[in-house]
Amino acid sequence: MSFPWARQYEPQNGFMKWMDEKLPLPRFVYNAVGAGYPVPRNLNYMWNFGVLAGFFLMLQIVTGIILAMHYAANAEVAFGTTEHIMRDVNWGWLMRYAHANGASFFFIVIYLHIFRGFYFSSYKAPREMIWLLGVVIFLLMMATAFMGYVLPWGQMSFWGAKVITGLFGAIPLVGEPLQVWLLGGFAPDNAALNRFFSLHYLLPFVIVAVVILHIWALHIPGSSNPTGVEVKQESDTVPFHPYYTAKDGFGLGVVLIAYFAMVFFLPNYLGHPDNYIEANPLSTPAHIVPEWYFWPFYAILRAFTADFFFIPAKLMGVLAMFAAILVWFFLPWLDKSPVRSGHYRPTFKKFFWFGLIPAMAVLFWCGGAPAEEPYVMLSQIATAYYFLHFLVILPIVSSVEKTKPLPNSITEAVLGSDN
Amino acid sequence: MADTTGTATPDMIAAGEDGVRRRDFINIAAIGAAGVGGIATLVPLISQMAPSADVLAESSTEIDTGPIEAGQAVKAVFRKQPLFVKRLTTAEIEAANAVDVGSLRDPQTLAERTKEGHQDLLVTMGVCTHLGCVPLGAAEGEVKGEFGGYFCPCHGSHYDTAARIRKGPAPLNLEVPEYEFTSDTVIRVG
Amino acid sequence: MIRLISILVGLGFTAAVLWAFGNGAYTAVTEGMGERTAEKAFHLHPHAPEGGYSFEGPFGKWDKQQLQRGYQVYKEVCAACHSLKFVAIRDLEQLGYSEAEVKAEAASFQVPGIDPNTGEATTRPGLPTDNFPSPYPNKIAAAAANNNAIPPDLSLMAKARHNGTHYIYSLLTGYADPAVYKNEAGETLAEAFPATMPGTGLHFNPYFANLNLAMAPPLNSDGQVTYAEGNPEPTVHQMAEDVSAFLTWTAEPTMVKRKQTGWPVLGFLLFASILAFLAYKNIWAGVKPKKAG
Repeated sequence: MSFPWARQYEPQNGFMKWMDEKLPLPRFVYNAVGAGYPVPRNLNYMWNFGVLAGFFLMLQIVTGIILAMHYAANAEVAFGTTEHIMRDVNWGWLMRYAHANGASFFFIVIYLHIFRGFYFSSYKAPREMIWLLGVVIFLLMMATAFMGYVLPWGQMSFWGAKVITGLFGAIPLVGEPLQVWLLGGFAPDNAALNRFFSLHYLLPFVIVAVVILHIWALHIPGSSNPTGVEVKQESDTVPFHPYYTAKDGFGLGVVLIAYFAMVFFLPNYLGHPDNYIEANPLSTPAHIVPEWYFWPFYAILRAFTADFFFIPAKLMGVLAMFAAILVWFFLPWLDKSPVRSGHYRPTFKKFFWFGLIPAMAVLFWCGGAPAEEPYVMLSQIATAYYFLHFLVILPIVSSVEKTKPLPNSITEAVLGSDN
Repeated sequence: MADTTGTATPDMIAAGEDGVRRRDFINIAAIGAAGVGGIATLVPLISQMAPSADVLAESSTEIDTGPIEAGQAVKAVFRKQPLFVKRLTTAEIEAANAVDVGSLRDPQTLAERTKEGHQDLLVTMGVCTHLGCVPLGAAEGEVKGEFGGYFCPCHGSHYDTAARIRKGPAPLNLEVPEYEFTSDTVIRVG
Repeated sequence: MIRLISILVGLGFTAAVLWAFGNGAYTAVTEGMGERTAEKAFHLHPHAPEGGYSFEGPFGKWDKQQLQRGYQVYKEVCAACHSLKFVAIRDLEQLGYSEAEVKAEAASFQVPGIDPNTGEATTRPGLPTDNFPSPYPNKIAAAAANNNAIPPDLSLMAKARHNGTHYIYSLLTGYADPAVYKNEAGETLAEAFPATMPGTGLHFNPYFANLNLAMAPPLNSDGQVTYAEGNPEPTVHQMAEDVSAFLTWTAEPTMVKRKQTGWPVLGFLLFASILAFLAYKNIWAGVKPKKAG
């Protein structure tokens, strides 16, 4: 499980020795994120985002628990209690803005973390399990974020809940009863609001549990690195602490500056004005959009505007939206290239930078735009590329591509000689 | 951070004595800054649990005592807790003044528990000083206890006509909250 | 095998979405890219009054005199139809009113209450702890009194529209005669889109999303509200500016405090990040390689 040169935990005093015998928690931490975990010495800043995601998860849990102390999940008063938090609770405005923008920053760092994985093929053996757990975390995050957005019970909350549960209505035969069951009614109301609140409180702790598994799975092969060459010798690694704790500390500082600039100066920039209007089941906002982090998938959903043979357009959109994330589960087996890092895969690299990244950018942009031309046609082209990239291009390119020679070791890549 | 200089890597540059000290200082300063930030963060996290502005705004109550007749009491609400406002009869005032104050568990005269010129108006919290139950005796027909004032049914504390503890487990007299007369009959509590 | 399946599935999704694209493209070619609607031709984005507002920008502060004027406009004009239900009357103290003034102000409103003797619903003079009362007892009454258009609550209006402060100002000053008003293309609504001309009870306003709104111009003559000595002339523009400032305050009374808290936090984080960077460089000093060739 561990490299033979990993440093061994040694209790510094009698108390720590006693603790180590009864409950070796300090030893566990030492081996997990301390000096006992050897990490490739060549990680770049893209490797900061895992720790940052962990930070934002904790931030969301802390601010969320605080908000729950003041919020009431009842359709009559939910909007009012949110305003009570904003106006009367001591520092309540800060807690709410920190939580709302914290969700956005959580997704920003997670997207960067995932795209790091795409480019450096972090999903490949022996790290498939880390990747699969990561996709599970992402799905749980999406569910949690969606339900959290319903809680203030503004217009976007209400209509978002209606539209998203409506997706399940597209499933043949069971769709409609399933939607009614999900909502506990025929439209979002108290029953839906209460269960969303309950699950919104529960799921983050499920995420914490899966994150622990994710990190556990990570410690078996150890971290990947920008060359994609596995660790061979002690000179390839440095201890996590203090080397990467220092680097992550600096990265955290930079991200917090951006985060607090949003919280204090543009707290509603990533939100939507309609959510400051109390939910009204009789009036739909002119332009329903989910939060920005759902836009690519929302664009894929809306790209399917025509029935395809016997499959209705609505069902096709729902299938494609779920498939867009589910394909990530299969990446370890679709990408058979023996080389991991995009640096050494010239063809893959071109498709990544000139195909996937622009397609994602278009999907992000069109998902937030109204459902009219040219956005629909642009998102259709981007959606086509998205599926081609993962399901067609990646399997073919990975088996025919001529890759560049790899360094013999991380040390060689860093120092120029393998000693 | 102590092992900063002790890490044995082959390409380690040997730092001079002064360099080492300056570097340690920066590391300690960085950790210190993180600590200061963490502690400052606790301020909003803790103070959010203190009463919010709307709760604080409701922390005073006005009551018109004009309609309360001798021998009657009303239960009002002050800071979400019961407040007893009682107009004492002459007999009750005499009974309260007849007690030897020195013999009381919580020695106070009736005069100390009422406002000058309004000795017949007794304003107390309706919260037993034992464990916080609401004593009986304010509403008509309720048991007034052995001393004709209030009686707490939870653990049998008896209060006299000046709402002073006379018997039972309660340690103190019923609390007289801060209040003032804003006119001849209206009091403002809190 | 898995790759073969994946390629087939991938081609399937691609075919389906390209089929949809083809359909859309065919429609676009035969019918053109979307119609030119009256909203597209006439709708205007909100703009700020000349000089802007004191609370804008990262260092902005409230102009309490202006907020007091805005409150006066709200109370004398808007409050006839619009509620302010999330705002507590006690919060007026933040506008610079004394405790006694706020108490008097509160008492000038009648709020729903219960008769202590009969238990019947009645009204009583407001207390500072009350929120601003709604002008109508319920939504049905509000709809009935306003030709079915319920006047929206104004507490959060400045946050519930894009660029809300400017939106309120622009809307209040933007009413126009659709027979005379010309858009950028030099057309009047009457000639370009006769079907969109306001019906009875509706009023043309290019700042409103669908151009015609049920609210008649609420500020229609200079001096409609009398300002106390030492204040600017109550022109329509001045009143609109003042009330939009007031409604920005009601939407987020903590806005200035938020910005003022932000600066020390960012300053501290910048300092801490620089220290963290130095510590990081420090710790890596012995390890970080010189890239050899």
